[in-house]
Amino acid sequence: MKLLVKGGTVIDPVAGKTMEKDILIVDGKITKTGVHLSAGGAEMLDASGKMVAPGLIDMHVHLREPGFEAKETIFSGTCSAARGGFTSVACMPNTSPVADNAAIISYIKNTAREKGAVNVYPIGAITRESKGDELAEMGDMKEAGAVAFSDDGMPVMNAGLMRRAMQYSRMLGLAIISHSEDKNISAGGAMHEGYMSTVLGLKGIPSSAEEVMVARDILLAEETGCRLHIAHVSTAGSVRLVREAKARGVKVTAEVTPHHFSLTDQTVAGYDTATKVNPPLRAAADVDAVKEGLADGTIDVIATDHAPHTVEEKDVEYDLAPFGMVGLETAVGLVWTELVAPGVLTPLQAVMKLTINPSMVLGISKGTLDAGSDADITIIDPAASWTVDPAQFAGKGRNTPFTGRLLTGMPYMTIVGGRVVMREGIV
Amino acid sequence: MVKEKAQILDTEGIRRSLTRIAHEIIEHNKGTDNLALIGIRRRGVPLAKRLAARIEEIEGRSAPVGILDITLYRDDLATLARQPLVRSTEVSFPVSGKKIVLVDDVIFTGRTIRAALDAVMDLGRPEVIQLAALIDRGHRELPIRADYIGKNVPTSRKESVLVRLQEIDGEDKVVIFEPPD
Amino acid sequence: MGLSEKDLVGLQHVPAEEINQILDIATPMKEIIKRQIRKVPTLRGRTVVTVFYEASTRTRVSFELAAKYLSADTTGITAATSSMSKGESIRDTARTIAAMGADIVVLRHPMAGAAELLAHTIKASVINAGDGAHEHPSQALLDMFTVKEKKGRLKGLRIAIIGDILHSRVARSDIWGFHRMGAEVRLAGPATLLPPGVEKMGARVYTNLEEALEGADVINILRIQLERQNRGLFPGLREYSRLFGINKERLKLAAPDALVMHPGPMNRGVEIAPEVADGIQSIINEQVTNGVAVRMALLYLLTRGGSKHEITC
Repeated sequence: MKLLVKGGTVIDPVAGKTMEKDILIVDGKITKTGVHLSAGGAEMLDASGKMVAPGLIDMHVHLREPGFEAKETIFSGTCSAARGGFTSVACMPNTSPVADNAAIISYIKNTAREKGAVNVYPIGAITRESKGDELAEMGDMKEAGAVAFSDDGMPVMNAGLMRRAMQYSRMLGLAIISHSEDKNISAGGAMHEGYMSTVLGLKGIPSSAEEVMVARDILLAEETGCRLHIAHVSTAGSVRLVREAKARGVKVTAEVTPHHFSLTDQTVAGYDTATKVNPPLRAAADVDAVKEGLADGTIDVIATDHAPHTVEEKDVEYDLAPFGMVGLETAVGLVWTELVAPGVLTPLQAVMKLTINPSMVLGISKGTLDAGSDADITIIDPAASWTVDPAQFAGKGRNTPFTGRLLTGMPYMTIVGGRVVMREGIV
Repeated sequence: MVKEKAQILDTEGIRRSLTRIAHEIIEHNKGTDNLALIGIRRRGVPLAKRLAARIEEIEGRSAPVGILDITLYRDDLATLARQPLVRSTEVSFPVSGKKIVLVDDVIFTGRTIRAALDAVMDLGRPEVIQLAALIDRGHRELPIRADYIGKNVPTSRKESVLVRLQEIDGEDKVVIFEPPD
Repeated sequence: MGLSEKDLVGLQHVPAEEINQILDIATPMKEIIKRQIRKVPTLRGRTVVTVFYEASTRTRVSFELAAKYLSADTTGITAATSSMSKGESIRDTARTIAAMGADIVVLRHPMAGAAELLAHTIKASVINAGDGAHEHPSQALLDMFTVKEKKGRLKGLRIAIIGDILHSRVARSDIWGFHRMGAEVRLAGPATLLPPGVEKMGARVYTNLEEALEGADVINILRIQLERQNRGLFPGLREYSRLFGINKERLKLAAPDALVMHPGPMNRGVEIAPEVADGIQSIINEQVTNGVAVRMALLYLLTRGGSKHEITC
């Protein structure tokens, strides 16, 4: 089985280079990259006019299986990933039961191997049932294939417990991913606290709810030496805290979601529950700050926090709706439209934040085009304009506030292990 | 363009008609005892006031004047694209037991008067209600007639009758308009 | 004439000329209320449905009377809050309302945005009778009507709103309305009960009550709820009363002919001293009568002509 990706502009985040090259794939591995490679019997994939990148990695998705299969399954979620140009996803443990033990981690890995369209890397829970009371069996989970630990969605409120989790995780060599939210500050909030929450009469989630915990976890990481990754950074203050911590040499990395660099709390006017997300859509100054953080390298990773819900769950009063929006299938379009086109990031920087950077946080051997590596490749058409239509999504969730938005930049082809899993939007 | 077909009454004509109506009202009601006038918004109001003044000149006794807004009683609200403005009804005297003379500028289909009758009845139980109109242009859609008429004007349905009064329009005249061909 | 929107969800986007129109029409409506026969046939054959997810006898009765005086048929749904916790949302209620063939739906709901959600769901006109901490436009309209009736104008008046601004839909609607009509709106309350950015809505914010009252033409006193104390938003009613309660002495700081309003129900002796509530400057009782008149004007204006709204849902 041989494939030749020909004529594209190859973006190599490891070499830090962008050049016209061909890539030869044999039996699921990249065997050779170079100019004008001859086909030699390989199937030709014409990538002229397109950008060829290592397969994109989304290190923050909710696949919902086991337990919430009405929202998403490992199959539908990975199809969604493939359609969005992602070849690997890391899935959060807030399933039912919670992925807080080796059995669930194995279940997810096995199901993904059987049914998944892309590679799936489970993230284990920090505490049992993510209740924040006692540590989960992190060592067992690592052995079963967990790539990091997080109580995403259920912040670890007990600082002492978080400290021990970091000590323990450091021993295992895995990162702690912090969902930074002080529940005492955010309690009952539905959107960003500010002028808009006042006008709409919705309870606000102040920026400090996030920043207090970012600061706490940075201090704990500094003390314990654990690698800390801050999930979905949304405020200017968090960006500043991470920037300062990095300057001090703390082993901290950070991610931002496409919605947090594309939308402000203005979007909530009209009470569209698709805009209800945690952390909430923030003010314009915060959006500017996360873009600055992306540009100066403070924020290492772009991850979607893909959080599918059923139509019925979202079709309720704003206060009653669950947090979260889907993101896998709009991510590339938003990165190119909001970041690359206006010059916030170069295509190479954008690709780094979607490939090699998340792979380093998770410690997985992905995100590279080096000979011998797995043939995970994403081909992007940077010029293609398209309108977001949730009816076209491969995932189950339709909860996106981007419906009808015109985007430029579209995943053209997704190749996982040398197999084309998506071509021009068809999975 | 809508064009003016004919002038029916001028200042003098309106004055003479109102004088005659005033005499008829006094005669018919045998004086001004218990008599009250109620003008229907908008142009019935100045007409009612003029009639009251004329009656006082003749009899030396005044009759109270009230103002009626019939908007909330209209039977065509459901067919209008937008809701018409509601103005106040100002009837400061009790209507029960009174001889009420409703005053309007033009009687046409009779629907305004129907609404006015209902509106007055909601204020109390008058002894009698009479109607005075400056112009009767025919085309009734309800069994309603005026007791006192300034001038009968045969019109076609397409035509419109416009009453202009000093107090509202700055001049006194009544004209017929014809719709465009 | 008529309003430009199908619904009245809030005053945020209602232009001054439409507010004026509502207030103008409320005057002849008030005249009807004072008659012996308090009924006009205007809305005969129309149906007004009141849907209350929160108990509020005062507002519900006010709307029902307004509808009855205009000869509309009225019917009410009192939805228990417990059915919502069972996962029944406003969408389910919308289906019931549609089946009733309502022309106008009056909705009271504990959650912000519920009225807008319902307005988008049904063809009938929706009047927001209070949704969470969002808006309560008919209350603000009756406040404006009452003040205008007493003062002859709204422009240039100093309106002080005192108390729990954070949770108050009345305060929000009052701010939009009075500010749009050219009044100066001042807010005062404990710092923990003042929402962020509220000054951008068109109000001056004070934490010192005395400064807010200085020369005020109107003092609108909001109800303080004990449950806010339980949630730690202020230390206690005694201290609240001492810092922000309106008594006779504080009333003297306002203009000599200042009006005292309260949207009710009152906690006498907490946010308002009994002698102020019952004093000559209090127009609290007139607010109730005017509430019916203003709601009659709203029902009249929102029952758009044309054929009865077809309900699809």
